[in-house]
Amino acid sequence: MKNFRKTGRGRIRRARLISFTFDDRQYQGFVGDTLASALLANGVHLIGRSFKYHRPRGFLGAGSEEANALVTFDRGPGRVTSNVRATTLELFDGLVAYSQNNYPNLKFDLGAINDIFSMMFPAGFYNKTFMWPKSFWDKVYEPVIRKLAGLGPAPTEADADHYASLYGHCEVLVVGAGPAGIAAALAASEKGDRVILADEQNELGGSLLSNPEARIDGQLAWQWLDKSLETLWLRKNVTLLSRTTVIGYYHDNFLGLVERLTDHQGDINPASPRECLHRIRAGKVILAAGAIERPLVFAGNDRPGVMLASAAQTYLNRYGVAVGDNVAVFTSHDSAYETAFDLSDAGVKISSIIDLRADVSEILLQQAHERGIAVLTGTVVCGTKGRLRITGVRVAKFQNQKVSNGTEHIACDCLLMTGGWTPSVHLFSHSKGSLKWQDDIGAAVPDMANENTLSVGACNGTFGLSAGLEEGSIAGGGGNPFRTEETEFGTGQTWQTLPTNRDPSRIKAFVDFQNDVTEKDINLAVLEGFKSIEHVKRYTTTGMATDQGKTSNLNAVQIASKAIQIPVQKIGLTTFRPPFTPTSFGALVGHRADDLFDVTRKTSIDGWADDNGAVFEPVSLWRRARYFPQGNEDMHAAVARECKATRNELGIFDASTLGKIEVVGPDAAKFMNLMYTNPWTMLAIGRCRYGLMLHEDGYIMDDGVIGRLADDRFHVTTTTGGAPRVLRMMEDYLQTEWPDLNVWLTSTTEQWAVIALNGPHARKLLEPFIDGIDLGPEAFPHMAVREGTIFGVETRLFRVSFSGELGFEINVPAHYGRALWEKLFNAGKAYGITPYGTETMHVLRAEKGYIIVGQDTDGTITPDDAGMSWAIGKKKPDFVGKRSLARADIQAPGRKQLVGLLTTDPNIVLEEGAQIVATPGQSVPMTMIGHVTSSYWSTTLNRSIALAVVKSGRAQTGSNIYVPMPEKTHEAKICATVFYDPKGERLNVV
Amino acid sequence: MLLIKCPYCEEERPEIEFSYAGEAHIVRPTDPSKMDDTAWAEYLFIRDNTRGVHYERWYHIHGCARFFNAVRDTISDKFIMTYKMGLPRPADVEIAKVKE
Ligand SMILES: [Zn+2]
Repeated sequence: MKNFRKTGRGRIRRARLISFTFDDRQYQGFVGDTLASALLANGVHLIGRSFKYHRPRGFLGAGSEEANALVTFDRGPGRVTSNVRATTLELFDGLVAYSQNNYPNLKFDLGAINDIFSMMFPAGFYNKTFMWPKSFWDKVYEPVIRKLAGLGPAPTEADADHYASLYGHCEVLVVGAGPAGIAAALAASEKGDRVILADEQNELGGSLLSNPEARIDGQLAWQWLDKSLETLWLRKNVTLLSRTTVIGYYHDNFLGLVERLTDHQGDINPASPRECLHRIRAGKVILAAGAIERPLVFAGNDRPGVMLASAAQTYLNRYGVAVGDNVAVFTSHDSAYETAFDLSDAGVKISSIIDLRADVSEILLQQAHERGIAVLTGTVVCGTKGRLRITGVRVAKFQNQKVSNGTEHIACDCLLMTGGWTPSVHLFSHSKGSLKWQDDIGAAVPDMANENTLSVGACNGTFGLSAGLEEGSIAGGGGNPFRTEETEFGTGQTWQTLPTNRDPSRIKAFVDFQNDVTEKDINLAVLEGFKSIEHVKRYTTTGMATDQGKTSNLNAVQIASKAIQIPVQKIGLTTFRPPFTPTSFGALVGHRADDLFDVTRKTSIDGWADDNGAVFEPVSLWRRARYFPQGNEDMHAAVARECKATRNELGIFDASTLGKIEVVGPDAAKFMNLMYTNPWTMLAIGRCRYGLMLHEDGYIMDDGVIGRLADDRFHVTTTTGGAPRVLRMMEDYLQTEWPDLNVWLTSTTEQWAVIALNGPHARKLLEPFIDGIDLGPEAFPHMAVREGTIFGVETRLFRVSFSGELGFEINVPAHYGRALWEKLFNAGKAYGITPYGTETMHVLRAEKGYIIVGQDTDGTITPDDAGMSWAIGKKKPDFVGKRSLARADIQAPGRKQLVGLLTTDPNIVLEEGAQIVATPGQSVPMTMIGHVTSSYWSTTLNRSIALAVVKSGRAQTGSNIYVPMPEKTHEAKICATVFYDPKGERLNVV
Repeated sequence: MLLIKCPYCEEERPEIEFSYAGEAHIVRPTDPSKMDDTAWAEYLFIRDNTRGVHYERWYHIHGCARFFNAVRDTISDKFIMTYKMGLPRPADVEIAKVKE
């Protein structure tokens, strides 16, 4: 195999050869290489197949803007990453990577037939071709497209790595460590301000890494770079971040940075996070992101071996690799000459420089002449030859806006192109800064900033070393201390589609390499009526690939502008959005994976439930015991046993998750009157009332039992999930509508552990342990609250029931929760005490027709709909939601009302959420009159029960309705919502 | 992520400490029962949805738990000012002055 490494050049460490494999073939390279540079050193240009046409592709660039060279990076199970740019993938010993989007292999790809039948894949082909018939989508189009078009495969295993995140603050954040960025950081850090300098590459230096011959202050570029970085490194107020991509620039100078920590290391250290997301708030942001070279749009510009001129310069000067033996250069800009001269000086043959321009600077022509390089001015490339690698170009004279007919063939094994430079304004755009068109460089540059930010150097349209250093230093608050010796950066022309002497309809000139969008596609989109650049983008998909059109957008905009006949400065640019380059989900997730994915709130009794085999379920952020299976019991069996024990003997339930709010103050009752539908003024101290809370629109928002502890003190309970929004709504009204009320609100949910005892033996168990409260049925009636002690611990004891049985809810300070639970459980064994979970709680309450807000109500249910008009204080002049209850719509007949359902077949347990119809056998779509809200098997009643909302349901009590299900239509009878003990006698068992 | 100055804490804090609370200066009628359905619906549902200078409420939910008012430009997302609950809606001239 031929070696394209050039001695004496590059920053690679040549001391030791390292091995890597690409498509199962072994190659060698050096530390300091990228996968791209190492493959090029081995003469490999063919790296992948294109997205749509499966055309062979090579390396377009040498950095993160790369559009073609996407590979799958394989570090073993759980560590496979697809669509990694080979140009930024750092080489290590043992690296394994694969090409993508080819079948059966890279050199022979069946999908390449798409190239021949490309007339089937015009702009908008997804929209046009795959519309009909609908059933074909799932079975034919989708799988075929997935296989033939597309990027690398998604990983099939969970990510084996972990990720970190950090918050950071600084006075100045500098993005990009090229000469302008380094100059800015040097100046900004001089007086002690905290400065962060971040760069996406493994080495800081930017364009200096590719230009060793440049001189700053009399030093060669790399000497100056070493010295400057050392100065920065020694300053305690400076943080240097390499391998760190600024992925997004958000409001108020908040930026996201992803630092890659392990992907470049040969050995995986499982203790180290793979990446770290830095969230930085900066006082000032200096953007020094550089510029990206622009391809030229001509027939066959995507052949392997056709690449950006600056990339070839980087491969030569940074990695010591020549991109070919016989290199042609095609340009409309002076900057390509520097690359040609560097290659020539390294001993590479430059077959010719083909310049679109008729007039080229005498100095450049002279320098070319000295090296024996032929320069063809006023010449255009009309085509390229070669299959898996370019073998030559067809050129023609281009004079007086006309391309001559004759073509000349020039042999080459590599074609470098330069169509000008595009400032990297991506981050400036993220920050909502506006852009302006700058005609002389044919690109948009930053205009009005929306944040405290400055753009310096090439990303600001300021090209050349000396100008960039100066702009950077001044932005950092310094002067211009640098002297440089440089030839001018030069000028150029920008083009849309290049002129050609061939039939334009028979050529493919690529604009967006990654999404396979040609110049023809863009023209077709305009022809079909798309006039907005945002629409052209979406229709053709130009700029919508994983590179977001870094190399293609400007060409696309200019081609569209010409086709629409609107000047380019008026047509606008498509919007850049974060992330700047593709970002792993892991980096965004950070530490919040697996057990740390979300908060899990646990009660003080949770540990006991865990020790005793509870099966848990999440309820808002809480985890709650759902049931306590014994032996081999399934949920059905466990719930049946728990229900039976609670109805017949004694059940114990952890109700600590109930939301609790303490409402205190001289105006507490007045405030409660306004917040709840019920009247509170007359509620006696020591008594409780069921409270119903509405939104201002009249619909039920929350409910709960509320006890009055003193004239000026209420103990409010809310639903488990509703506590935060109830407190928020109370605070909202108190602070903003009735600030004159003297009331204080305190969330006490986590201050109290709550144990519910339900069942005929509840009082008998409790009585011996209580001090200071008479538990007798008259002294302590249902819906009462008392304060006293239990086992010597202060308690708020409620006599309430959510099961219909004799019930108590014992509130103790949260830390006593488990101890109390264990004492009651042990003492309760004499009464057959049985712990039960939320599932049994649900069945017991449904048997009694007690609603669950959010299950039996859905945000469109009024108190009357729920059959709870009794909860409304009719005499109250006002409460939240009252006026809305008088709205015509809410008074209108035919609203859905809560009813009970008994299926004709008692063994059928209806599905919750199932729709209800009035008559069976209707044609689809049937007229739906309601739906099932709660449905359970009731062991107590030895049959199924359900709650439902049905249009005018209460008036239809006794009639049958129907529940159509895929297998069968079920019949059920509308009944009252209380299925068990309708007189409520069991509450008063002595 | 926005920086928001809570007028009670008198500090700029990150957006995650706050919760948005809808348009500002919509006063709940003192006697809703006197209002006809149209007027009540206007109060309940109709909002300006302004493009530009917008008066809105925020809640310092993970801070002092106070509701306050803000003027924000919905195009640039920039806060022009924040002020305590109960203070009158700042006049256009005041806003223009701060914008300067
Ligand atoms: Zn505050």
